[in-house]
Amino acid sequence: MIKTDVLVIGAGPVGIFIVQQLGLIGLKAEVVDNLDKIGGQCIELYPDKPIYDIPGLPECTGESLTKNLLEQIKPFKTNFHLNERVEEISKEKDNWKIQTSSKKIFLSPNIVIAAGVGSFEPRKFTVKDAEKFENKGIFYSIKDKNIFKDKKVCIFGGGDSALDWAIELSKVSEVTLVHRRNEFRGAEHSAQVAKQLEKESKLKIKTPFQIQSIEGNNSINGITIKTEEGKVEKIETDYLLGFFGLIMKLGPILEWGLNIDNKTIPVDTKNFQTNKEGIFAIGDICTYPGKLKLILSGFHEGALAARACFKLARPNENYRFEFTTTSKKLHERLGVKK
Amino acid sequence: MPKITYVENSGKSHTIEVAKELTVMEGAIQNNIPGIDADCGGACACATCHVYVDALWVNKLPKIEDAEEDMLDMANEPNKFSRLSCQITVTEDLNGLVVKMPSKQG
Repeated sequence: MIKTDVLVIGAGPVGIFIVQQLGLIGLKAEVVDNLDKIGGQCIELYPDKPIYDIPGLPECTGESLTKNLLEQIKPFKTNFHLNERVEEISKEKDNWKIQTSSKKIFLSPNIVIAAGVGSFEPRKFTVKDAEKFENKGIFYSIKDKNIFKDKKVCIFGGGDSALDWAIELSKVSEVTLVHRRNEFRGAEHSAQVAKQLEKESKLKIKTPFQIQSIEGNNSINGITIKTEEGKVEKIETDYLLGFFGLIMKLGPILEWGLNIDNKTIPVDTKNFQTNKEGIFAIGDICTYPGKLKLILSGFHEGALAARACFKLARPNENYRFEFTTTSKKLHERLGVKK
Repeated sequence: MPKITYVENSGKSHTIEVAKELTVMEGAIQNNIPGIDADCGGACACATCHVYVDALWVNKLPKIEDAEEDMLDMANEPNKFSRLSCQITVTEDLNGLVVKMPSKQG
């Protein structure tokens, strides 16, 4: 069990920045995020797109903003628990007990939800029986590539994941790459390699096709694919791999008894607390009259929520407002050397 | 103001006036029309504002750009009528536009 002052859900810009605000007032935070990397939407959706409205940064990208925010929290040596989703919470005396998808348990008086639009999860096949075969014949990520050796594998998608796995698995499996249009959006070089492998008959490419149905009872025997013009083909296959990118889902947060309004969580703008004491929501996921979904709003919300966390984490101490320009105590916490 | 008709997958139809300069996605969100999620807020980064444009209108819209076509790869059951509604800006010429929402977003 990990004891902490604040558990932060979401490692996007707002989740990272509240760690700094908490660190300055002497509180320790642990951060959990379902993605495999830090940065949230900034990294997953628009790492290269320019952002022009971060105060004091005339222009940055999702990636550079994330990097700078991480630099800013370096003094606070924070643990990030990636590839983990918070599943359950329960009240235990003055603390919240929080359990993640990998069964890690946290005990903390404060939970700060900075989860944006929700956790990122793979987009899935929507045809009948796709759910039944999930993790048996259908996968959206690969943990052990050896299971595909000498098998027939159909890979769907047009991005880097689909191309890279098609190329990789073509060495040991009978691979068919299926995509809805003739152009691939993945790296040009990978697309060329895949096309070359097709010429050498080491890989089949089927475009512009989409899945129509899956055949098989206990295991997958094959699939039917179709074009928009109605051309239909059947493919024998043992496995289906889908690489359609990620989608955001609120997931278990909906089960925690929080007020929810149109996929957002209403908060009191005094301290960004939700309807539950000790649970705060900041950034895109919170709502209140006049809410703007800007990163800069999330920074402000985090600063106020951090002070509210102090009251619950240090009930016997008085919070004192100080400036980083002059406070010796803050300089110590920041590791500033004079 | 131009009138836009949004047809839910169930067939339920909503015709509303959408101010020029707004996107078709924003028109739906601001009027609480179900079926368009727009998780990324209009950055052409999530494909959850996917719509099927009525056949009569599909060629009257500004041409689809690569970034939008790339994102449509991620949409649920895209076809040749598919667009991301955050990439369609409402103009006087689009008065009467009809879009249909897919069975689900993403």
